[in-house]
Amino acid sequence: MSALRHMLAALALLAHSATPGTAQEAVRSFGPVEAETRLVLRTTTDIAIFAPTVEAFLATQAGLAIDFEQWGSNDLYAITMAECAGKAPKADIVISSGVHQMVRLVNDGCAAPYRSAQTALLPPELRWRDEIWGISREPAVMVYNRRLVPEAEVPRTRFDLLDLLRPSASRYAGRVATYDIEESGLGFLFAFMDSQEASTFGALMEAFGRSGAVATCCSAEIIAGVAEGRYFMAYNVLGSYARTQAARNPDLGIVHPADYTLVLSRAALFPGEEVAPEAGRFLDFVLSTDGQLAMGRNHLTRVHPGGGEAAEDPAELDSASRLIALTPALLVALDKHKRAGFIRRWRETFSRQTP
Amino acid sequence: MNSAAGRPTMSLTARVALAVGALMLAGGIVVSLAAFAYGRQAARDAFDRLLVGAANDIAASVAIVEGAPVVDLPVSAFELLALAPDDRIAYQVIGTDGAVLTGYEDLPPAPARLAGDAVFFDAEFKGAPARFIRVTRRFAERSLSGSVQVVVGQTLRARNELALDITRNALIVLATAGLAMLGLAVVVVRSALKPLDRVADAFAARDPQDLTPMDASVPREAAVMVEAVNGFMRRLDSQVETMRNLISDTAHQLRTPVAALRAQADLAAREPDSDRRDILVARIHRRTVSLGRLLDQILSRALVIHRIDSARREAVDLRDIALDLVESGDHGLIAPGVEIHLEIGEDPVPVRADALSLAEAAKNLLSNAVTHGAPPVTVGAGAEDGTARLWVQDAGPGPSEELRARLGQRFTRSAASRGDSSGLGLSIAQSVADAFGGKLELETRPERFRATLALPMERGRG
Repeated sequence: MSALRHMLAALALLAHSATPGTAQEAVRSFGPVEAETRLVLRTTTDIAIFAPTVEAFLATQAGLAIDFEQWGSNDLYAITMAECAGKAPKADIVISSGVHQMVRLVNDGCAAPYRSAQTALLPPELRWRDEIWGISREPAVMVYNRRLVPEAEVPRTRFDLLDLLRPSASRYAGRVATYDIEESGLGFLFAFMDSQEASTFGALMEAFGRSGAVATCCSAEIIAGVAEGRYFMAYNVLGSYARTQAARNPDLGIVHPADYTLVLSRAALFPGEEVAPEAGRFLDFVLSTDGQLAMGRNHLTRVHPGGGEAAEDPAELDSASRLIALTPALLVALDKHKRAGFIRRWRETFSRQTP
Repeated sequence: MNSAAGRPTMSLTARVALAVGALMLAGGIVVSLAAFAYGRQAARDAFDRLLVGAANDIAASVAIVEGAPVVDLPVSAFELLALAPDDRIAYQVIGTDGAVLTGYEDLPPAPARLAGDAVFFDAEFKGAPARFIRVTRRFAERSLSGSVQVVVGQTLRARNELALDITRNALIVLATAGLAMLGLAVVVVRSALKPLDRVADAFAARDPQDLTPMDASVPREAAVMVEAVNGFMRRLDSQVETMRNLISDTAHQLRTPVAALRAQADLAAREPDSDRRDILVARIHRRTVSLGRLLDQILSRALVIHRIDSARREAVDLRDIALDLVESGDHGLIAPGVEIHLEIGEDPVPVRADALSLAEAAKNLLSNAVTHGAPPVTVGAGAEDGTARLWVQDAGPGPSEELRARLGQRFTRSAASRGDSSGLGLSIAQSVADAFGGKLELETRPERFRATLALPMERGRG
């Protein structure tokens, strides 16, 4: 079995080195250059969004530096899995929005356990085996362009969205965007959770297909498209990015679907067998009030209801919130057949569209 | 009473506590092992059911699409397995051709010896021990025929926790029950021993002179002890009574002769005539000798009565008694010059009795013979028809009919006060004979009187 594992690791590394495109998207070092202790933090979160949190942490630690690597979620999953198989993790902390992939890493024994007062405070849905923790709360929202969508037509629920798309001559035809689930791990996860959550998903996919909705990649691109007016609205966009953009562009409106709102909690884990003490302190800081406030400034989280900025986003806390729990049930989202079947149906839907 | 109790042994309460404690400890170890075994089995059964449910769930989700099995993995199966919240999950679906359709590629295969539609096995999953189930689902479609196998596994964390939990709970119950039983045992022993305390209190509160039996209304076990004490007190009471009688008898018996002696001595002191004084002195001498004999007999009787009650019975050869009696020559003091014959045979004459009491009885009979009878005097011992006999014979007529009739009564004041001591001697012999289950036989023939101590022969030695 271990021989097989080594072979797989070698294959994975080979695949990795053979495709230079899978390397990290951006790298930046925080903290003193001459620091003796350096942590490697790999995350899917944009450096700009997460930087304030890292800097706030380093301000409390002397002689510690953090090498920040930004990755795409699929690549981050692949390299972490490969390093796990080779028993040579190069990262100290991995934080990813692809929580199903993170759960799979834990299920494969690729994460080290860690316990502290801060991790103990997390609700059970955001903690599994003391090896993976949810560190943020980011809703999946609908984004629309205020100039193009009259206030009366702004959909408050998925049913409203269905109603907008139903007329055959709807002006929204071809003007609604969502993630391409083949391209985006997060898009797949959201779509998958939608399919679990409610029967509206089938109708929604059908409506997307019929009205010629656009499936495309990546939060930033989709939000930019809405801001520019290419799309009237976008469905299932990560709220943290949307709010960051909306803060700069008053044309962008954000809706938390009132039927239910998926809430993603970015997952953190420590790859390997042992947790570096500094890495543990980093997690504790992120989960602490200071850390959560630092992340909240970039809309990554809202952990303290009633606090200074809480009023901005009531939907995160109400009963419509559906937190994506960090449980092994997420393994289903990675299943080969399940995924193939899901993507096939998706493809069939979108291939029927008449552009 | 406490001071007489001697070195106290371990209290009954402590004994019972110790015994119960040891029992609990031994039982506790056995029950702990049993509880752990049971806990493990229970945990295994409980979580095996989750595995069965999940595996069947997955197996049911396999459909044949265009001639190939396709798995629509149900989330419910994983939610079921997530009831063991901290355990990692392994799963695998193997197609009809033996290739892995979906799930983990590198799960350990089920041991070959296991066959059947649902088999369990233990193996490792990514470095941790795990429990697996393999479920087989058979297809017989036009496009596909064969069996698809679903393997589902789970690490053991929840099982171990449940097993420990069951064991721990069982142990807590056990320890609580043990302590309660220990406490109960102490209470029970205390209350069971309460009658003993009551007896002790009753004894302590008793007047020292009070030798009446205790009230025996105590439990059966304690009654044995109370009865033993009562028997002891009865003996003590009878001895005290005997002593009291002896003292009063003695005082009574001595008063008359001593008073007579003093009167004679007074007369002698005032008698001017030397001839008459000599007569008085001779009389005083005779009286003194008689008093001496009386004292001997009184002491002898006291001794005999005491020994009859208390001395241990032992094997005695009556020939030895007769021989010692003749050889001691005590009778010479009473009647010097009297010749004593000894008549004993070759065979032993064994009885079970107290040698000293027998010797006293024999001495009194001999003393009677030399004092009141006529020579020749013969002492003998012999066995006949299972009866052992020790006898003294003289040539005189024997005691008067009146005296013989009085034998067996508590006797002798009158006899002693008359200076006639033969009755006292016969009475002593009678007492000894009675005490050892025999009798005193007085036999008068022409020119001959024989007093015989007839005792049952000792069995097994005759």
